[in-house]
Amino acid sequence: MGHFANPEADVDRFRFRLGFAAILVLLAFAILLGRFVWLQIIQHDFYHTRAEDNRIALIPIVPNRGVITDRNGVVLAHNYSAFTLEITPSQTGQLDTTIDALAEVIDIQPKDRKRFKRLLDEAKNFESIPIRTRLTDAEVAKFAAHRYRFPGVEVKARLFRQYPLGEIASHAIGYIGRITERDLKWIEEAERQANYKGTDHVGKTGLEQHYEFELHGETGYEEVEIDAGGRALRSLKRIPPVSGNNLALTLDAKLQQITEQAFGDRKGSLVAIDPKTGGILALVSTPTYDPNLFVDGITPDNWKELNEHPDKPMVNRAINGAYPPGSTFKPFMALAALEMGKRTPNQAISDPGYYNFGNHQFRDDKKGGHGSVDMYKSIVHSCDTYYYMLANDMGIDNIAKFMGSLGLGQRTGIDLGKDDNGESKGVLPSQEWKKQRFKKPEQQKWYAGETISIGIGQGYNAYTPIQLAQATATVANNGVMFRPHLVHYLIDTKSGEKRQVEPKPIRDLQLKQSNVDVIRRAMVGVNKEGTGARAFAGAPYEAAGKTGTAQVFSLKGAQYKEGSTKKELRDHALFIAYAPADNPTIALAVLVENGGFGAQSAAPIARMVIDYYLLGKLPGGAAKEDPAAVEEDAEE
Amino acid sequence: MIDIVGTLRRSWQQLIAHIDFPLLFITLAIMSVGLATVYSATYDGNQRMLSQLGNMGVAMTVMWFVSRLPPQKLMRFAIPLYLLGIVLLVAVFLFGIKVNGAKRWLSLGFTRIQPSEIMKIAMPLMLAWYFQKYESTLQFKHYLIAALLLLVPFALIAKQPDLGTALLVGSAGFYVIFFAGLPWKVIAALGIAAGSAAPILWGMMHDYQRKRILTLIDPTTDPLGAGYHIIQSTIAIGSGGAIGKGYLNGTQTHLEFIPEKHTDFIFAVYSEEWGLLGNALLVFLYTLLIGRGLMIASAAPTTFSRLLAGAITLGFFTYAFINMGMVSGILPVVGVPLPFMSYGGTALVTLFLGIGMLMSIHTHRMLVKK
Repeated sequence: MGHFANPEADVDRFRFRLGFAAILVLLAFAILLGRFVWLQIIQHDFYHTRAEDNRIALIPIVPNRGVITDRNGVVLAHNYSAFTLEITPSQTGQLDTTIDALAEVIDIQPKDRKRFKRLLDEAKNFESIPIRTRLTDAEVAKFAAHRYRFPGVEVKARLFRQYPLGEIASHAIGYIGRITERDLKWIEEAERQANYKGTDHVGKTGLEQHYEFELHGETGYEEVEIDAGGRALRSLKRIPPVSGNNLALTLDAKLQQITEQAFGDRKGSLVAIDPKTGGILALVSTPTYDPNLFVDGITPDNWKELNEHPDKPMVNRAINGAYPPGSTFKPFMALAALEMGKRTPNQAISDPGYYNFGNHQFRDDKKGGHGSVDMYKSIVHSCDTYYYMLANDMGIDNIAKFMGSLGLGQRTGIDLGKDDNGESKGVLPSQEWKKQRFKKPEQQKWYAGETISIGIGQGYNAYTPIQLAQATATVANNGVMFRPHLVHYLIDTKSGEKRQVEPKPIRDLQLKQSNVDVIRRAMVGVNKEGTGARAFAGAPYEAAGKTGTAQVFSLKGAQYKEGSTKKELRDHALFIAYAPADNPTIALAVLVENGGFGAQSAAPIARMVIDYYLLGKLPGGAAKEDPAAVEEDAEE
Repeated sequence: MIDIVGTLRRSWQQLIAHIDFPLLFITLAIMSVGLATVYSATYDGNQRMLSQLGNMGVAMTVMWFVSRLPPQKLMRFAIPLYLLGIVLLVAVFLFGIKVNGAKRWLSLGFTRIQPSEIMKIAMPLMLAWYFQKYESTLQFKHYLIAALLLLVPFALIAKQPDLGTALLVGSAGFYVIFFAGLPWKVIAALGIAAGSAAPILWGMMHDYQRKRILTLIDPTTDPLGAGYHIIQSTIAIGSGGAIGKGYLNGTQTHLEFIPEKHTDFIFAVYSEEWGLLGNALLVFLYTLLIGRGLMIASAAPTTFSRLLAGAITLGFFTYAFINMGMVSGILPVVGVPLPFMSYGGTALVTLFLGIGMLMSIHTHRMLVKK
């Protein structure tokens, strides 16, 4: 097939093909023109009439948004119908005069006018816009009597989203709000815009956002004949909407409520997981907020208060707060040591109360040290020196490899928010991480000295409460890891079918059973004779746990005295636990911001939660701080 | 004084030395029609029109720069741009943002990009370079390799899935291979194969793609979605009649019956207001544009510039034909804007990159001969 180069012939052939292409172009354009002649000349009368009669409006019928219930059927989010007073601007004359006249009949506040103005700016010509929402029956009756005076104004029944439990579980459920330009872009990218005709609310955070397209349902429509002014004359055809799918959660609303109460007015987070499925039993972030405020469009004052509050109630600490794990890191370190053969359970070290590395002394909290410390004792009494040495023996990349396999420093993929936007990754320190994180070469190098404090959960370590809970659940479940999820199943409204969210294990760490047992015994020891013993005194079940304290602020040289430190500078208290130890049905991680020692404020919350979950025991109100709790794991 | 005038004149001539005026005037004419139509479509305010004016400024600056690069320089971009496109497409495949089952976007942290857009230019550039390189030793195997260079990005884009863009990129590459002399027998065989593969393709399509084709056959099956678009845009065109309803008087447009009226469906707005007369004028302008492009291709001195000019020109035709075809209801609705008319910055920049290349090819032709 090869041929000799012949430039002249090539050019001729090329020109011939150009001509051929030109003919095709002309032919194609001729077809187009033919189509235009067909539409615009031959069929013109037909289309002219159709345009003139384009008075058949398709009025979208917004579907009912899916209902969200907890694992026991307690309603967390539903809809209720209420009357609104709406104005169609194109059918009314002077808007201001109309509203002034309306105000004489129905109570219209300045904030109603403000909202109306805002909606008017966003709206298309033919939409009716609410001037008042939630009319009382008396107001509906009163307006009906004056109706004739107000063309273009009518009472409509609209559905409103409501969160009956208010602030409870708001960080999990999220909320809906009016569709903004950005939401619209999201909907368009998902090619759902047709289904959102007539819809003016969309999920903004949490489950409401993650499951938006499940919850929304299919928009129906009504073909209506309208007159020249746009008023509906008669209905021609009605395709009913299909309600959105309902969500049934793994969350236990009562447990959630008890946990939120246990926090009292303290800031923090708790995530409780069923270790055998990854189903989330409680997801708490305090302080919280009332999602009902957002449904009608939040008032600027409320928004300002929520958004600028120093305690940041809008931040979901469970998935967006990254904290050093403190000593709750130690059981994972010990497990890593066993799995990698760096330690045996009985191998003991001698703890003088400090560990020297280079010319720096890393101190243990207990003056004079713990004496001879084996693995059991290192966890039960939270011995720092043991883990300084262990970290040094393992090296940062071995630590990172094992902790990474437990899901630390990675998004868990929990079903909250949109895409990955909702969840923080935290920091899993490694040589590679440091290289990525810093720009200057001298900062990019990992120093062996930095590994030491990683061993006790300080240093660059930063994980979200949900990651800690997932890691704890994974250890509780003998190394079989599940993706944490809130939705147990979806109920398809069309078929009535339940669509289970499969609790598929994402990973099996292939842990050696004897190693897991060592850690379990030590964590049970924590609650029997160690740092968690006071919080779990008299528990009729065996719970495995570990306390932790994370430094907020480096107090250089100064001895940490919690009374003398300002509240914002107090350490964060942490606690991880699972129970019953031999067959766990709940695994959790608690974090109390500025709570001081883990045993002092985090462990008592965990006790309350587990007591309720296993025994059905109802506590009264907030967990008490235990000032007498002796904490042996305040670091350095 | 005279000297200053002379210097000014020389520098002015220097500035416009690589502008091809026929091309410039034709695109300006189409864009003026476009601007006026964007104004009519977004009548409640003129921000869209002003912002489109800004887009035009940016796009024409790009054109000016590209027109000054001689084709030899353009050739140097072929491989890097193509490889960049492939790498980004693979990155989309691996880490792309998944939106409703389609992975088309790549997040750069601060913004998102759609790498398939790069391929619209990189593909003809790469293939034109390839045939230039082997022009004297061209064998049949070179067509096969060229086909492979075409199919890899095509498959990656089709897999996203984004069949519309895949077809545009694929056709741009095919035009190069066709102009490079792909034997007629092979073309005929491909045509037959494509015809018989249609049922298989149907089986491979995603639900929403099938829905679009079914909607074309019977628009009433999806009256709130794509079917609604077709029904309403055909009514707009048909009711426009011979001379249209007059500027700013389109009822379909102003009663909000036409969706996406300033972007993909802008032709319906134009057609309603200017009628068959306006349509004929627009098609005439596109014919002029394509004619000028083909002339430039015909006069181009090297294989690379010939193939590139030919492919770019037919690319313009493809966009225009697909868009007008879909709005008037003879082609399925795919997301293709009407070139130089539709609102949108990215598409305009890509188009003017093409115009800039045509100008470069034409204004540097003598230099090459020397």
